Amino acid sequence: MNKYLKEQVLRSSGANVLKCMRCGKCSATCPSYDEMEYHPHQFVYMVEKGDIETLMKSESIYKCLTCFACVDRCPRGVEPAKVVEAVRLAAERQQGGDRLVPTDIPELLDDELPQQAIVTAFRKYTK
Amino acid sequence: MQRIGVFVCHCGTNIAATVDVKAVAEALSHEPGVVVSQDYQYMCSESGQNLVKDAIKEHKLTGIVICSCSPRMHENTFRKAAAAAGLNPYLVEIANVREQCSWIHKDIATATDKAVILGKAAVAKVHLNAPLTSMESPVVKRALVIGGGIAGIQTALDIAEAGFDVDIVEKQPTIGGKMAQIDKTFPTLDCAACILTPKMVEAAQNEKIHIHSFSEVTDVKGFVGNFTVTIKKKARYVDETKCTGCGLCTEKCPMKKVPNEFNMGLDNRTAIYIPFAQAVPKVATIDPNYCLMMKTGKCGVCSKMCSVGAIDYKQQDQLIEEKYGAIVVATGFNPIKLDKFDEFAYSHSPDVVTSLELERLMNAAGPNGGTLLRPSDKKHPHTIVFVQCVGSRCDDEKGKPYCSKICCMYTAKHAMLIREKYPDTEVYVFYIDVRTPGKNFDEFYRRAVEQYNVHYIKGMVGKVTPKSDGQLDVQASDLLANEQLHINADMVVLAAAIEPDKTARPLATMLTTQMDTNDFFTEAHPKLRPVESATAGIFLSGACQGPKDIPETVAQASAAAAKAIGLLCKNSITCNPCVAQSDELMCNGCSSCEKVCPYGAITYTDKEFRMPDRTTAIRRVASVNPAVCQGCGACTVACPSGAMDLKGFSNSQIMAEVDAICK
Ligand SMILES: Cc1cc2nc3c(=O)[nH]c(=O)nc-3n(C[C@H](O)[C@H](O)[C@H](O)COP(=O)(O)OP(=O)(O)OC[C@H]3O[C@@H](n4cnc5c(N)ncnc54)[C@H](O)[C@@H]3O)c2cc1C
Ligand code: SF4
Ligand code: SF4
Repeated sequence: MNKYLKEQVLRSSGANVLKCMRCGKCSATCPSYDEMEYHPHQFVYMVEKGDIETLMKSESIYKCLTCFACVDRCPRGVEPAKVVEAVRLAAERQQGGDRLVPTDIPELLDDELPQQAIVTAFRKYTK
Repeated sequence: MQRIGVFVCHCGTNIAATVDVKAVAEALSHEPGVVVSQDYQYMCSESGQNLVKDAIKEHKLTGIVICSCSPRMHENTFRKAAAAAGLNPYLVEIANVREQCSWIHKDIATATDKAVILGKAAVAKVHLNAPLTSMESPVVKRALVIGGGIAGIQTALDIAEAGFDVDIVEKQPTIGGKMAQIDKTFPTLDCAACILTPKMVEAAQNEKIHIHSFSEVTDVKGFVGNFTVTIKKKARYVDETKCTGCGLCTEKCPMKKVPNEFNMGLDNRTAIYIPFAQAVPKVATIDPNYCLMMKTGKCGVCSKMCSVGAIDYKQQDQLIEEKYGAIVVATGFNPIKLDKFDEFAYSHSPDVVTSLELERLMNAAGPNGGTLLRPSDKKHPHTIVFVQCVGSRCDDEKGKPYCSKICCMYTAKHAMLIREKYPDTEVYVFYIDVRTPGKNFDEFYRRAVEQYNVHYIKGMVGKVTPKSDGQLDVQASDLLANEQLHINADMVVLAAAIEPDKTARPLATMLTTQMDTNDFFTEAHPKLRPVESATAGIFLSGACQGPKDIPETVAQASAAAAKAIGLLCKNSITCNPCVAQSDELMCNGCSSCEKVCPYGAITYTDKEFRMPDRTTAIRRVASVNPAVCQGCGACTVACPSGAMDLKGFSNSQIMAEVDAICK
């Protein structure tokens, strides 16, 4: 149980994990389920328990597509994707350094790419 | 000269722990007119009341102030005590130093100061109190039941049994409610129709019961013991007194493509219809939205067929007015609409149905004659997935925050019935929690698992996708196995949350009763007065008060009947004397009060007045019917000339309280 990390994750996600009623609809709806070692409902539960380091070490944090299907369908308004995102952010911050540098962007752009994707990528891969 | 007594209660430690009660009694003893000021541990106890009575006699008190709990709790107790000691009960004032003081403050000094101020205000008011006498008002010995489901039927039967006349107003063409649509009933699996239809017939044949079907309440006036209710009998274009229910018209009607609401739109009916074979009253009704005669003026087949000449295309809605002593609300519930739950593909696939639709699909009188067939291709389903809690226990605007209470049980029932009749069909139930408290209820659910091998999976369905081969891909989580499953299903059944009928809210406004945020009617006390509303004379029966199964509904229905009978037994009831009165000399006849009075207690009359110059003039002035006035005080605020005043809460009394507080 890492109290400091738990508080950080709760604060940056803005989610209230205590609202979860353990229905599993988030994991039932998740298109990335098979790729993940820990599933959306487990993120919610493990964050509640303060078991954040295990999640930070898991590849699962990079497997979430941020498609927000779980956020849309969670009957309790827990917003699991935001919890996953917050754990990822915690991991990123510890590692230091940005994975995405603005000067690299022009090279990566293509016409089909929605602007939203760039914004999301920035949120995801920079400090 | 006034002689006022002040009595400060400790309420054990409820008040005394935060308010220095001795200091309050001491401070109030110096107020003008106060001749005795005492404190006591429990003023409401017998010895406490005796202390008050003795003081009234000994000091010849002309008014008393009790510093205690809320007047809702014990005002009546102390009024009775005062009356027993020969003091008019309306010369008693309560200063609420518990709910409004000790319970909400922590600091003793602040709480004590506030208690003293509240006491001073009450003393200032009691100086101006006048003795009031209650009037008696007669009780109309007839009850109204709104809603003719199992709740309304049971309530009406019980009231009639006690010997009182009772009217049922049902908005549908037949009574019966949801129970008439159900196939078999948990926990005993007896057929719903077999136990319901005899009760419907009993209600129809009971000479004390009068059924207004296809009718709605449009206006309610009056008060406990004496309600005046306007009922709209909607035009059914068939003369109820002539129709024999032979059904020939429904066979011959050429308009056969009307969605059949009784079968949840799963098949069609004709434009002239009788909802089902055991309908009560068994009278045909014409649906004007589909009737060819009414839409195009060409047809008239039913009128030609009817041998008793009951068809009347020109029939109009009819308003009737009735008087009642008591009203019982039994408007029931409906499953919610599922349009906000796209993930279950309800609106995309006919093979995704609600549980109530499944009841019709399995019913011998349903669209398939009782054989369970897949709606899309009428083939026998081999795999069926049930999803519980659809829209229940939701924390967002899509669903309802509460547990719908009946779905765990009816889902177990459905699963078991299917396994019993079609052993080759695999049945899966996805649950978040299985909630089956109740007599023989958990045993029932366990039987589904252990005896019928229904697959109960802890988890939720996330997505249902109709596939090109006609099957449904059900993507779900199995939380105990920590797996995401895909089940290839023929049918998906959704246990939709239930909600109160949409007409309940406007009805509550008419009845001036309270509802909770979910539009369920609120009981007067959640534990001790579960079948009464907070409005006197209005009682609650069945699922309109909260989700309920049939056993609970019937129990509540009989309880509501008992309460209504208790009222109807009385010849008269005592009215509240704290009613409005108008000072005719000050009234300028502006009608402001009449417009705001929610009870219609104010009328205007032309009266002759002697003017200062000895002439006479006719002036229009307000007068209040004290039997109708409920003492809400709206008119006293609206009156621009200060002519309206409320007895017991007069403008001068309230100003005296404010002055005492601000001093
Ligand atoms: C799918 C399903 C299966 C069920 N199976 C079972 C079971 O096996 N066993 C069991 O115990 N319970 C079962 N229930 C629960 C059962 O249906 C209810 O407990 C019962 O119907 C409640 O009765 P009610 O009279 O309060 O409400 P309703 O049955 O809803 O009756 C209310 C009546 O009031 C009328 N009404 C509404 N508003 C007005 C108005 N403004 N003016 C005039 N009339 C009005 C309606 O038309 C209706 O006729 C099931 C419920 C569902 C949905
Ligand atoms: S969908 Fe919401 S309530 Fe259900 S398990 Fe996931 S986070 Fe918890
Ligand atoms: S009764 Fe059961 S299925 Fe229905 S809402 Fe409650 S827990 Fe869910």
